[in-house]
Amino acid sequence: MNPNQLLGKRGTADAHPMEDFLRMDRMPHIWCSTCGLGTCLTAFIAAAQESAIPREDIVVVSGIGCTGRAAGYLKYDSFHTTHGRAIPYATGLKVANPRLKVCIISGDGDLVSIGGNHLIHAARRNMDLTVICVNNFNYAMTGGQAAPTTPQTAIATTTPYGAFERPFNIPFLVDSCGATYVARWTALHVRQLTIAIKEALLHRGFSFIEVISPCPTVYARRNRLGTGLDLMKFYHDHSITKNFASTRECDIKFQQDIVVGKFVQREEPTYLDAMDAQMKKTLGAKFVPYVGPMDPNSERTKSDART
Amino acid sequence: MNQRPRGPVLTGAHYLDGDHACAEGAIAAGCRFIAGYPITPSTEVAERLAERFPRIGGTFIQMEDELASIAAVLGAAWGGARAMTVTSGPGFSLMMENIGLGVMTETPCVVVNVQRGGPSTGLPTLTGQQDMMQARWGSHGDYEIIALSPSSPQECFDLTVTCFNLSEKYRVPVMFMMDECVGHMTEKVVIPEADTIDVWPRRWYRGPRDKYLPYAPDKDGVPPMIRAGDDHRVHITGLTHDARGYPIINAECQQICVSRLTDKIRDNADDLVMVKEEQLRGADVVVVAYGISARVATKAITDARKKGIKVGFLRLITVWPFPEKKIRDLAGKVGCLVMPEINLGQMYREVERAAAGKCRTMLVPHCGGWVHDPEDILKAIIEGAK
Amino acid sequence: MEIKVSGFGGQGIIRIGMILGKAAALNDNKSATLTQSFGPEARGGACSAQLVVSDAEILYPYLTVPDILIAMSQEAYEKFEPELKEDGILLIEEDLVKPHPVRGHIRQYAIAATRIAEKLGNRLYANFVMIGFIVAITKVVPKQALLDAVPGTVPDRLLQKNIDALEQGFVLGEQKLAEAK
Repeated sequence: MNPNQLLGKRGTADAHPMEDFLRMDRMPHIWCSTCGLGTCLTAFIAAAQESAIPREDIVVVSGIGCTGRAAGYLKYDSFHTTHGRAIPYATGLKVANPRLKVCIISGDGDLVSIGGNHLIHAARRNMDLTVICVNNFNYAMTGGQAAPTTPQTAIATTTPYGAFERPFNIPFLVDSCGATYVARWTALHVRQLTIAIKEALLHRGFSFIEVISPCPTVYARRNRLGTGLDLMKFYHDHSITKNFASTRECDIKFQQDIVVGKFVQREEPTYLDAMDAQMKKTLGAKFVPYVGPMDPNSERTKSDART
Repeated sequence: MNQRPRGPVLTGAHYLDGDHACAEGAIAAGCRFIAGYPITPSTEVAERLAERFPRIGGTFIQMEDELASIAAVLGAAWGGARAMTVTSGPGFSLMMENIGLGVMTETPCVVVNVQRGGPSTGLPTLTGQQDMMQARWGSHGDYEIIALSPSSPQECFDLTVTCFNLSEKYRVPVMFMMDECVGHMTEKVVIPEADTIDVWPRRWYRGPRDKYLPYAPDKDGVPPMIRAGDDHRVHITGLTHDARGYPIINAECQQICVSRLTDKIRDNADDLVMVKEEQLRGADVVVVAYGISARVATKAITDARKKGIKVGFLRLITVWPFPEKKIRDLAGKVGCLVMPEINLGQMYREVERAAAGKCRTMLVPHCGGWVHDPEDILKAIIEGAK
Repeated sequence: MEIKVSGFGGQGIIRIGMILGKAAALNDNKSATLTQSFGPEARGGACSAQLVVSDAEILYPYLTVPDILIAMSQEAYEKFEPELKEDGILLIEEDLVKPHPVRGHIRQYAIAATRIAEKLGNRLYANFVMIGFIVAITKVVPKQALLDAVPGTVPDRLLQKNIDALEQGFVLGEQKLAEAK
């Protein structure tokens, strides 16, 4: 994409190039300097534009946490839900209004810990959702507590002597549960990440992207890893791109090489495809496909007005 | 079951239990989205809709738990669907956090609770009325809710429609507080012609897209709603928010936001309160009851009247907002209010509070598992008449 | 009129109450309230259905003293027979219930519903044999009201078999009634 296309209304350097897609009336944002979340948002906006999906069809859902604030800054229909429940909320939006392209942008704690059950079930159903899971290895909003992604030996406020639990390998988790698109990039890999988000948006089925992202204020500082910029340098030196690597081998160990790439891309019936096929098979002509949501443009005051 | 009409509404006379009547009420109200998780004794509602929906253009999704069910219902409502979930005690507990989100984001939906005995796993197959206060206060923070309680399968049908209507009018989750006895009681249920059933539309916003403020209320305190995907670019959050829906984390915004959420219900309490009154004039004792307990109380009332006691009967259909005006008025006129309920005193506390010492109040408690022995209610009536 | 139907889970006890109630409420211009109780397990446990049939609106939905008891298992018989009205009607599954001497003025009738159903091809029809038997003896609803209530309560492909079972029970009921006179 020509970077000039991303210039703001005024086409000048002082305007944010993506201001049409951000809630500029909510700036400044709450994220820390050199946090990776800004990169994730710009990658998302660029990918959404490149996908050519009508803007109004895209709905963003977040849970709670630093990444959970993403929905609040993106100028799409956006929903900031409760901790862990972004995926089932998004499931409701999608099933009730299948036209929508529903994207979840949330953090590792939100999606994999408190929302872990929803994550595996959405993957199992191959629910047609795009999940962008920003992994900063800890609960940053609440001050840097250990998460199920915190690598062993890393320091967090609740693991002051070093984390000792085994962390999740998230791509392996969602792959084994049936996700049909799985990728991992870091906040450094802007181009690859943008391509991955675009592919995920255009993918039919459950698509999942893990974005390894620096948390300069709590995770990096507490582990003496420097600033966000130092972590970007670390990603540069220690990311190993292995497309279609076995997700089983994508474990992340404290300050060791990170396998990145597109790991899974396969075609399988989505939840809605499978439901329609089964109902048609069993009910035949008696099957009445879902009528869709109510239409604001047609008043319906009597109960039989639909179907 | 005798008639098979072409439309989705099962017009005609049927012999249905309360759970199934509730399911038919949802269909008649235009509900076409259900998310649920199996739990006794509410499962029959979801089962019937799982069977009915694919034949009438509805969609049922069995979620992984009740946390997910209520979240999906809220999402579906913003997707433009009329949505419902169904559960019982333990599941109701799990739904509480997102019921708060529903209140905060003013999301119309219906939560059916077919109550069983608690606490904890308690009595999965046996009745209780022990979630009445949880319906009102179960989610954290200050808020107001609407809750109705049916006493018969016919009311399970009729009031399910009312629940949807009220949820749309006031943009709030409405709790339908059934109990195992009414849910599993079978009686004749008459379902009217579809075009005679009053179904209220969503309060759709009709102004220019770029002028929409999600939380700028109409005169009655309730804001109009949009549907996700129609290019309004709204932001909806459970954080304290301003009229734009943007989070504003301070005391001033909290005051405006939370007051309106409560006032829209409190100020319209007269519109919301539904009760059934019987022989209140000149009564010495009035029995106040709801749900299955109201049916059981009728026997004690009949027996008391045979003994010459002047007993009135106030049946609560709306339980939240609590019909406190009715109770306050009665308290000045009668000697005693007797309240049987299948808990150790939940709505009774409201009766006591509203009566404010102007008459005696007597609780007839029951721990759950079965209904009251009408004798116990009769004894309280006799005692109250002294 | 207060009717209690009892047996063990899987015998179609609730359905007996359901069909009688439906016949009374929808086809005989009566009020009929059915309540039920069963163990958490769908099969095997003790199970009973309680039906109140009345010309007036039914306010109190439960039984006080049953006028009619149907017992399809020994356990149910032992448990519920003492509650039956002094001059009530007791119908038992004769192969499954060994009755004690008849109490008071209770009129007792027995039918081998399960054996008859097995001869019809499946023991699952036993409840329909019993329904026919109940209606012939107690006349709780007119026979036609009963027959009109059956469609929709069983899968269409099993409708005729169930009606046959019902008819056999009904004929046997009329015979027993005639014998008793």
